[in-house]
Amino acid sequence: MTNRRFFAAFLIVSLVIAGVASYYASSHPDGLEFVAEKTGFLDSADDSPAADSPLADYSTTGVADPRLSGGVAGVLGCLLVLGLAGGTFWVVRRRGERTDQDTAGDEDVLEHAGSEG
Amino acid sequence: MHVPDGFLDAPTSLATGVIAAGGVALALRGARRELDDRTAPMAGLVATFVFAGQMMNFPVGAGTSGHLLGGAMAAVLAGPWTAVLCVSTVLVVQALFMADGGITALGTNITLMALVGVGVGWLVFVLVRSLLPKRLGAVAPAAAVGALVSVPVAALAFTSLFAIGGTAPVAIDTVLTAMVSWHAVIGIGEAVITGLVVAAVVAVRPDLVYGARPALRARRLELRQPVSSGGTP
Repeated sequence: MTNRRFFAAFLIVSLVIAGVASYYASSHPDGLEFVAEKTGFLDSADDSPAADSPLADYSTTGVADPRLSGGVAGVLGCLLVLGLAGGTFWVVRRRGERTDQDTAGDEDVLEHAGSEG
Repeated sequence: MHVPDGFLDAPTSLATGVIAAGGVALALRGARRELDDRTAPMAGLVATFVFAGQMMNFPVGAGTSGHLLGGAMAAVLAGPWTAVLCVSTVLVVQALFMADGGITALGTNITLMALVGVGVGWLVFVLVRSLLPKRLGAVAPAAAVGALVSVPVAALAFTSLFAIGGTAPVAIDTVLTAMVSWHAVIGIGEAVITGLVVAAVVAVRPDLVYGARPALRARRLELRQPVSSGGTP
């Protein structure tokens, strides 16, 4: 499998999980929320300052259909993570082809990378 | 396991914020050695997959659900330092855009899921891998064990923080028992998902799996002999 094909498949799987399958995820409270409720400290939680975000609680403001609303939020969240993480990794990465320490002949490239970071 | 604002007091949140910032700074240095032209896109996609995976809450009984934390999975696929950045990025996007996990609690969540989750997941993976034969087939099971252990340990870490800086007057032994036992069950789900995903990637592109590198090197050494003695047809 080529790089391009593998990366495309990996992204599509993520988008399908976040955009489509997540509708069928369990809506029960997660472990921490459940324990907080049972042991009596759930009330100490404050509303997030981001509660008014257009994607808050994985639903998209202005999209009425719950399936679509959650799907759009999931896909946009994926793209935000991809952009942010992918961008960071592309800047941080070692320049050149090999991951091994003995990349001979590209000291200037490494120096360049160091001065950028 | 996303901690909302208000569970922990300000000094504890500040302290975990400092720990998280230090951890992320170290990870930015460490990730440089793990990332190149080929693995950087892979790592971005691993972060994306962790975000998607965290949306899939699975029921664990009694009206509770769990979801992937993804620390062990990201560490095995992309390398431990890169995984800290993957999970941290997911948590930042969730806190700022999805209101999932608090803003003042962001340091706490990064500490629990990115530092403890990845750290424990990776270390247990490395330990189990060293006990198994150096084969590609051992990578996914070792990753699953790392995932299994990482979840209850992260829950234990939350309980410790709650003991230090919890705002509600709740008996800590009750919280401890409930947190660790429920998250031990959730850890089974984490292990199954991690094992399946790592096995799938190892099956098609083992060269893109950071934790498979020793097994891949061993395999190349084994292959070298028949190729050189057999000659070309």
